[in-house]
Amino acid sequence: MENLLGIAIGAILINNIVLTKFLGLCPFFGVSTKLKNATAMGFAVTFVMTTSSILTWLIYEYLLIPLHIEYMRIVVFILVIASFVQVMEMFIRASSPKLHRALGIYLPLITTNCAILGVALMNTTVEGYSLIAATVNGVATGAGFLLALLLMAGLRESLELADPPQAFQGLPLAFISAALLALAFQGFSGMIL
Amino acid sequence: MKLQEFTKGIVKKNAVFALALGLCPTLAITTSVENALGMSLAVAFVLISSNFIISALKHFIPQEVRIPCFIVIIASLVTVIDLLMHGYSPTLYKHLGIFLPLIVVNCIILGRAEVFASKRSVSDTFLDAAGISVGFALAIISVSAIRELLGSGAIVIFGHKVVPALTSSPATAMILPPGAFLTIGILLALLRRAKVM
Repeated sequence: MENLLGIAIGAILINNIVLTKFLGLCPFFGVSTKLKNATAMGFAVTFVMTTSSILTWLIYEYLLIPLHIEYMRIVVFILVIASFVQVMEMFIRASSPKLHRALGIYLPLITTNCAILGVALMNTTVEGYSLIAATVNGVATGAGFLLALLLMAGLRESLELADPPQAFQGLPLAFISAALLALAFQGFSGMIL
Repeated sequence: MKLQEFTKGIVKKNAVFALALGLCPTLAITTSVENALGMSLAVAFVLISSNFIISALKHFIPQEVRIPCFIVIIASLVTVIDLLMHGYSPTLYKHLGIFLPLIVVNCIILGRAEVFASKRSVSDTFLDAAGISVGFALAIISVSAIRELLGSGAIVIFGHKVVPALTSSPATAMILPPGAFLTIGILLALLRRAKVM
């Protein structure tokens, strides 16, 4: 039995996907200017990450390994994720227009979010998790992304009112804020679970 | 052939500093100059060869399914470099870890394919991709040099000490995640102040 709680807390706090592992930085800086958009993006990523973790794990275990074509994982995973997101978008558009308005524009962006592919690769080739552990890792990593994105969006909304030197306005200031946030998250790195 | 297609990607349209693309590898693997060199080579290989192929095939790829086609081409080339590096340079392969396969979702590559390679001639595309690769290499090597120098105290490339130890107690935070964000934030502000871009 794997330490599921350890995996979950590790993925949310200790090895936060954005602040420690540097994955998914494009949405982290791109969609963190407004708290409302950040929330929608965070939930969309969590959802896709969980489902794609399960899907890619099943494909790796029952298709790639039996056929001995593990080296094809990059091509197969990216295609699976891209087509899954496409299907998902059509499904949400048909079943819930309200949800589609909230998450719609973020779904296509998620395809090229390296965090999704990163977690799929971590679950299978790097860590070799079981299906349950991979699912837990998918949910927790998504939650960690949501947490980092919300913290960042909150910071940036307050920074709107600040008056930094002109050269620091916008992206440079966002990077410095992220550095302080990452420094805070370093405090979790000694935790043993 | 226009030489400006090559030069514009180095400073003026630098992928990392001017366009803020490809940030994940820029922050993650810049803990040492050695890793940055390996990453630059891998990205240059994938960027130049994939855009070359895409430009050559642009009349055969249907407009509606172009993005999946580009992704398949890029992913195949990433698989090639993944296997090559695994075979010839196992230590570098281990250091780059998950970021080597993740070149496939590096937005610089798909971005150039969509904006440039799918519309322009093969020779222009080659120059453009080479210029962007040089610009990316310059960006990540400079970030990694700052981080390694301050964070480890010395710069060591493939066993050779390029810059000897400056201090016996370096600022370790610089090679930890916060140092990456800090270095890029300050570099960005300095480049803006100097009006380079």
